[in-house]
Amino acid sequence: MIDVVQLTKRYREVTAVDAVSFRCEPGTVTGFLGPNGAGKSTTMRMICGLTPPSAGEATVLGVPYARIANPGRHVGVLLDAAAMHPGRTGRETLGLAAQVLGVEQARAQQMLDRVGLPAKAARRRVGGYSLGMRQRLGIAQALIGDPSVLILDEPANGLDPEGIFWMRTLLREFADRGGTVLLSSHLLREVEAVADRFVVISGGRIAAQGTKDDLLAAPGGVLVRGLDAAALHAALAAAGLAARPEGAGAFTVDAPAEAVGRAAAAAGVVLTELRQAGGGGLEELFLSLTAGAPAVPASVPVPAEEALK
Amino acid sequence: MTMTAPAPAVLTEPARPSAARLTAVELRKMTDTRSGRWLLIVIALSTVALMPVIVFTVPERDQTLLEMLVATQAGVSLLLPVVGILAVTSEWSQRTALTTFALVPGRFRVLGAKAAATGLLATAFLVIGLAVAAATRALGGAFGRSAGDWSIPPAQLGGLLVFSLAMVFMGVAFGLLLQSPALSIVLFFVIPTLWSTLNELVKKLQKPAEWLDANRTLAVLSDPAGGVATAGEWARIGVSLAVWLLLPLVIGLVRLSRREVK
Repeated sequence: MIDVVQLTKRYREVTAVDAVSFRCEPGTVTGFLGPNGAGKSTTMRMICGLTPPSAGEATVLGVPYARIANPGRHVGVLLDAAAMHPGRTGRETLGLAAQVLGVEQARAQQMLDRVGLPAKAARRRVGGYSLGMRQRLGIAQALIGDPSVLILDEPANGLDPEGIFWMRTLLREFADRGGTVLLSSHLLREVEAVADRFVVISGGRIAAQGTKDDLLAAPGGVLVRGLDAAALHAALAAAGLAARPEGAGAFTVDAPAEAVGRAAAAAGVVLTELRQAGGGGLEELFLSLTAGAPAVPASVPVPAEEALK
Repeated sequence: MTMTAPAPAVLTEPARPSAARLTAVELRKMTDTRSGRWLLIVIALSTVALMPVIVFTVPERDQTLLEMLVATQAGVSLLLPVVGILAVTSEWSQRTALTTFALVPGRFRVLGAKAAATGLLATAFLVIGLAVAAATRALGGAFGRSAGDWSIPPAQLGGLLVFSLAMVFMGVAFGLLLQSPALSIVLFFVIPTLWSTLNELVKKLQKPAEWLDANRTLAVLSDPAGGVATAGEWARIGVSLAVWLLLPLVIGLVRLSRREVK
């Protein structure tokens, strides 16, 4: 369980993270989404006690991270797969972590097997690894203490499609066994398939959070298309529904789909399409939430924030 | 702790890694990369470097075990500060601090383990030096080239240990203060030279330098003819180490506790 309450980080003039609050429950995967520079990494470092927050607090399993006696045995952390000593072998990197955590050295080999790093690669120095191999090694390091919480920053970076699928499966299984996962990404596609909940951050502020359904149920209206555009428009007007033409016989209406359907049925208009507007689904929503957000945090609130909460 | 409820048992168990285990980890980090291993091998080899010079140039009466032991530490004392500097700076330059401090949030505990590890290495090099010196004295004796005294006063051995530890810990303190390997190493060797040059030029500085120049105050500990250091000499050592060790250490500790780990 991860609990983030009003977490804030200010650097002189810039507010990198602004009163961010969210919660990750056991058994769930939370996708932490936002463009580069939105404050994801800073938030995660604050959760792990590596960056002192300016305000607010974060707890993992009910206590501040730094107060956990042997944090690696409870929380698996991968904040930057590139931040590994290039002169150590993959195997030695894991051996060191095992020694710090006080788990058997044999765990290093088990984790190498688990993340699919072959023995030959494990004997090579990390300096020669691709980013994808470092991500696998980093995930192995995060898992070595058999934690119940995983905090992963951009773990899919550098992974090929097969690797992304592998990671998704691993994280899903981890959560299904009761684990808590927080993973960040700047690409929705990487986490869309695995995350139960989404926290979208933009310019240091939470732009939206909730389940996929919560987010898609956001007011965007309904798109309706009929065979006879004029008749459809008249039918909607008769039912007192404001319609905006979308071209090719289509309109968007700020009303529930049922009301639109009934209006059309009452007028005997044949519909060819009736669905939630914003057909791009999460992708479009994500882009609309984060588009135009400056890399450095804005001082004005993101308009969508209140509406989506 | 009195105000809040005790943390759930699940988080105090498993116990935090012991200081001994963290020290073992730090020693492992210093030896598990090629560059780290080579630095230590070069230092170990440096203990032998001056042995032939002593055996072939020094009058046989003066070829004492102490003379040889001091000579084994010449290269060691030059390179030990580098070991100390790298121990505390390489985590930042290699960015492994991110992992280290995520696994052990107590930053001062990690630093303590690094200091202990470097202190152990410094002690080990003195022991290696003792073995090399004894072997040289024995060989020199066997070939009729060395006839000096075999005895080493314990106080002088202690003085050499203090000297080695002071060198390595000055490196640690310097690295902690500057947090960058290259900058720390360059400044560690440039500043004393500048300081000496300044002393030559400005006469008024010569009196304070007797108290503030650590290279000068510590020299008595590594001088085979110096005998056991006097109280006055220890006082000067103490003052110079306050400036070159304690001061950077304290400022460095503050920096370490505040630094954001990225």
